[in-house]
Amino acid sequence: MSNANQAMAARYKNNFLKEIEEQAEMGEWVKMCMQCGVCSGSCPTNFHSGWEHPPQEIFMMIRAGKREEVLTSPSMWMCTSCYNCYVRCPRKLPITHIMHGIAEYAYRLGLAPKMQPTLHLSQTFWRNCTKTGRVNEVKLTQALYFKDGFMAGIKKGLEMKDVALGLIKAKRLNILEALGFGHKCKDQQGIQKMLAKARELEAKRKNRQVTA
Amino acid sequence: MARKEYAFYPGCSSQKGASASNYLTSVESMCKTLDIKITEIPDWNCCGASISYAEAGELPRHVMNARNFALAEQHLPGQDIVATCAACWLGARESKERLEHNSVLMADTQEALKEAGLQIKAIPEIKHMVEVLIEDLGYDELKKPVKKPLEGMKFAGYVGCQTNRPFGIHGESFENPVYLDKLIETVGGEAVPYDQKVTCCGGALAFSEPDKAQAQIKDIIESAYDNGAEMLVTPCPLCQANTEIYQSQINKKYGTKFNMPVLYYSQLMVLAYGGTAKEAGLDGNVIRARKLEEFAAK
Amino acid sequence: MSEKKHAAYICSGCGLGERLDIAALEAVAKKEGKMQVVRTHPFLCSEEGVAMIRADIEGEGVTHAAICACSRRAKTEAFNFPTTAISRGNLREGVIWVRPDTEEARETTQEMAEDYVRMACAEVKAMTQPAGNPNTGTNKTLMVVGGGISGMTAALEASRAGYKVVLVEKTGSLGGWAAKLHRRVPTREPFKSPEDTGVADMVAQIEADPNIKVYLNATIAKTAGAPGRFKVDIAVESGPTVTEDIGAIVQATGFSLYDANKLPHLGYGKSPHVVDQSGLEALARAANGGVIKRADGKEVKSVVFVQCAGQRDASGEHLPYCSGYCCNTSIKQAIYFKDANPDVDTVVLFTDLRTPGNGEDFYRSAQNRGVIFSKGVVSEVVPSGDGLTVKFHDLILDDKNAQIEADLVVLATGVVPNSGVNIDALSAPQVEGQEAAGSEGTETGGEVKPVSILNLTYRQGPDIPQFKWGFTDSHFICFPYETRRTAIYAAGPVRRPMDIAQAIEDATGAAMKAIQAMENAGLGRAAHPRSGDLSFPTARLEGCTQCKRCTVECPFGAIDEDEKRFPLFNESRCRRCGTCMGACPVRVISFENYSVNTVGAQIKAVNIPDEFENKPRILILACENDAYPALDMAALNRNCYSAFVRAIPVRCLGSVNTIWITDALNSGYDGVMLMGCKHGEDYQCHFVKGSELGRYRMSKVYDTLKGMNLEPERVLDLEVAITDLHTLPKKIDEYTAKIQEIGLSPFKGF
Repeated sequence: MSNANQAMAARYKNNFLKEIEEQAEMGEWVKMCMQCGVCSGSCPTNFHSGWEHPPQEIFMMIRAGKREEVLTSPSMWMCTSCYNCYVRCPRKLPITHIMHGIAEYAYRLGLAPKMQPTLHLSQTFWRNCTKTGRVNEVKLTQALYFKDGFMAGIKKGLEMKDVALGLIKAKRLNILEALGFGHKCKDQQGIQKMLAKARELEAKRKNRQVTA
Repeated sequence: MARKEYAFYPGCSSQKGASASNYLTSVESMCKTLDIKITEIPDWNCCGASISYAEAGELPRHVMNARNFALAEQHLPGQDIVATCAACWLGARESKERLEHNSVLMADTQEALKEAGLQIKAIPEIKHMVEVLIEDLGYDELKKPVKKPLEGMKFAGYVGCQTNRPFGIHGESFENPVYLDKLIETVGGEAVPYDQKVTCCGGALAFSEPDKAQAQIKDIIESAYDNGAEMLVTPCPLCQANTEIYQSQINKKYGTKFNMPVLYYSQLMVLAYGGTAKEAGLDGNVIRARKLEEFAAK
Repeated sequence: MSEKKHAAYICSGCGLGERLDIAALEAVAKKEGKMQVVRTHPFLCSEEGVAMIRADIEGEGVTHAAICACSRRAKTEAFNFPTTAISRGNLREGVIWVRPDTEEARETTQEMAEDYVRMACAEVKAMTQPAGNPNTGTNKTLMVVGGGISGMTAALEASRAGYKVVLVEKTGSLGGWAAKLHRRVPTREPFKSPEDTGVADMVAQIEADPNIKVYLNATIAKTAGAPGRFKVDIAVESGPTVTEDIGAIVQATGFSLYDANKLPHLGYGKSPHVVDQSGLEALARAANGGVIKRADGKEVKSVVFVQCAGQRDASGEHLPYCSGYCCNTSIKQAIYFKDANPDVDTVVLFTDLRTPGNGEDFYRSAQNRGVIFSKGVVSEVVPSGDGLTVKFHDLILDDKNAQIEADLVVLATGVVPNSGVNIDALSAPQVEGQEAAGSEGTETGGEVKPVSILNLTYRQGPDIPQFKWGFTDSHFICFPYETRRTAIYAAGPVRRPMDIAQAIEDATGAAMKAIQAMENAGLGRAAHPRSGDLSFPTARLEGCTQCKRCTVECPFGAIDEDEKRFPLFNESRCRRCGTCMGACPVRVISFENYSVNTVGAQIKAVNIPDEFENKPRILILACENDAYPALDMAALNRNCYSAFVRAIPVRCLGSVNTIWITDALNSGYDGVMLMGCKHGEDYQCHFVKGSELGRYRMSKVYDTLKGMNLEPERVLDLEVAITDLHTLPKKIDEYTAKIQEIGLSPFKGF
């Protein structure tokens, strides 16, 4: 168990619902679920054996105190942010955001599945876009392809060769971005300071340690 | 003076050389015809998109959007913000909504903005370009400049997710929004009915879970073909990219023979307004829209 | 009685003049109908047309009028002549609107119209305008049985409307179940918190009301008489029996909780810390807003509510139905705990949470307070240590071995109606001495023995008939408050499971209907569905064989037996359905305006073409409540059907006497269609049992057909609802085709 995880488990004892309510974004909505299952039936990835536990089950597991099972589950990471569950929920639960919130919390505690590709994408994307203020699409792609090591990256790159060539031909992929050219914000320093402050304030508000 | 002026938030993908650069080309041309002035928000930054949720957390995400609000307010006072990208629009609107409804979050945001020498007074309205077209101008106005109606061409209006949910276009249903079909008809095309209009293309999971995303994309393209569409039309850069660039991979995996061009609504409008293939950004399509290129040349 | 004078009035408006040969109709009325006066008017229902008829009634002494125009269901206000017997020939909805306007259809359409004129003339000659029931009771005091929320509401509402009320309550105080509650489910915006029950206020209003006389510790020893003139003996504990004169009765005897002792697997009886919902109310009242303590004085830190305990049970062992209010009640009780101490763990285990009305808001408010709702089926509650373990199947996570520990478990056990004796289950009339059992054993908790509540002296039994699961019978769709005893209304949970809000509404409605019934009784009028009808059944007793079919079959228990065992009609209990008339094998029962004769004469009046013309004649006997309106509506939609049918409305399928069918077949009709309402569990019959009894009798007709050497297809029994306007014409045409396929009747020309 990571330190953060131990600390939180100790702080909330057996009250996992309360932990989620206070720590996960939009977690206070979990108790309002009425178990109709519309979310489960609305999830696009559900049809492709994506979810181990659809939102309805995740909510029930939270209420039943299944802390470990929920936080280590790959389920939340399957969300495509399509907001289908969100608009269909008869109780108006912001399910998409709750799923994101639980996933984020699991990640902060170090409980998210190792090598989870969507988590990796999230990390890479945010680091990429906050570095200069804008996304560097080439570097983003490279980072994603090479996440499993150099050889895997080359293989993946070859698989995707046609896709990339098509984009280059259509002037929609600027190879020069790889060398640091491309779009960026002028006030990068201001952005970094602003984000550092935001992280600090968020940790303070949620009464937990600042994470990078 | 132009009849409408907006603070323009193009977003990372709609920059020169980026994955939706042809969207930008067509939007600029379309706005010129419609006498809409769009001024880029100086030094705007990335919205964070939905996918950054895990790494970013809550406040940093809102702060990123808040920086754009503050810059727009400061440099382009009184103008609504218009975004062309679904994710930018959604991210910005979500932040606006949360900040306006949560005073704690707003106070924290102001404190963080101070670090960059900025502050928010009143967050401007945030519109998608489609809202500008439909609500601020209206279909009748959009029809007026049509010189070359896209007669006899069949399009599947692919609305997708984030311009449709959770905010959507005012007055439209989540399950069957019709604005895109109406836009197609406004420029003289035929909008075919099909059942995958609001199906998710996989979004960012096209990168992280390509098998799942491509299965979804396959359903969308297949349904468009089955219902007689020649081309797909979308208001979202990620929808456009996902449904277009993975067709060759899907063909390999499923043995399909997909080769369906995927256009932006703005490209159709530019062509109907008599614009050239270049002005419409047709050269930016990976799957070339030959029929439209010939149409533009006529 | 003064001399009879018959007149026929033929309308040529609404297209009748263009489609029909009116002169020929006049000739039929005159020559065949033997009408002394025959007049045609281009707009008969106009002021001028009506004035013409009225002038004949007043000036010419017309006593009987056959109005040949539109359906009897149309223009009833224009053609309302209270002193004159009226029949209606249905030329518009019955003929021109259901026939195509083509040259080839003209002949058969005209024949149809002429037959309806013949029938109207024949019917009116067989009728007498009813003079009204001389045997009326004019008492206007309402008796309410049961002093709970429903009963108190009925009493207060009747009093406010200006009627005297006698309120009889079995226990020593008013308030019923509601008085035992700590709080009630909210009735007002924002529906978030339990409210005061309001019982004390209602009791105070009743005590201050000079119109309401209350008997406490009292039961009904005997109810004799009829609407407007009931004589009720009220047995008061430790006092003499009092007799009250009563006009109408509202039975609001409520419910008992299902006995939790029947649920040992849920721990009831095994641990004092398993209680039913009333047990929890008692604990909450004792706490009075403070922390809730168990029977042993320990503060409750965790509580589990088990929904559907002994309810919605498919095994047949416990209650099969949903009691409707228990989900909201458990939500309320969970809130008792949360409001006293938010840290109490409250879990509601449900399979389907049913929160009618604004309960959905209330449900959300409980979720907001942190009450946990889990979808699961409880298998067992077992004592463990100081508390209890609730074992359940978690239906969302499909965990069959889920369990929760709790200090207290509350079982939502549901309701059993206090509806008295199930008279259908009585093999013999009630035995003397059962009355004595009535004064004991009805306390809650123990086994509830059915004892009579009203002790009616009616021949059919001492209580109002029951429907399903012991709830009193009422016409669910059309007349929910009505029982099958005229001027006796059931209100509240005795009628169906309901909560306080629903019971208040129910009791208000019942009080209003009871007032109506008293007023009608005083005027000798029928209650619905024949509201205002002044006719009533009479019997030629000299022909009666004392077979008892009328006294047994009357759906409303209106007919007793006199000391010589002849039927004794209680006109004001009667709904005028005619089931007795249909039942009578010797045909001695009739109404002045509806009899074996009035219908028989119409059947005979129809002109039967000989077999060589190849024009079949099919008789339709259609229920006036659903089937006949359906035919009219089909006409309104211009849904055409065969010209070979002749439709006669009947009050109910139950009033159809088999003689009409044998007469019709004997006189050369080729087929008979009977159209009545759905019967059985989800019946639609406006007289509840009428269509069922009618159909039972008709099943015997097939023996008659065999005896006549006729095909069984010549009689068709059809279930028709008012909504069948689009399918009915098709069914008529199909039947006509079927008859033509079988061939015409061999009885023509006899």
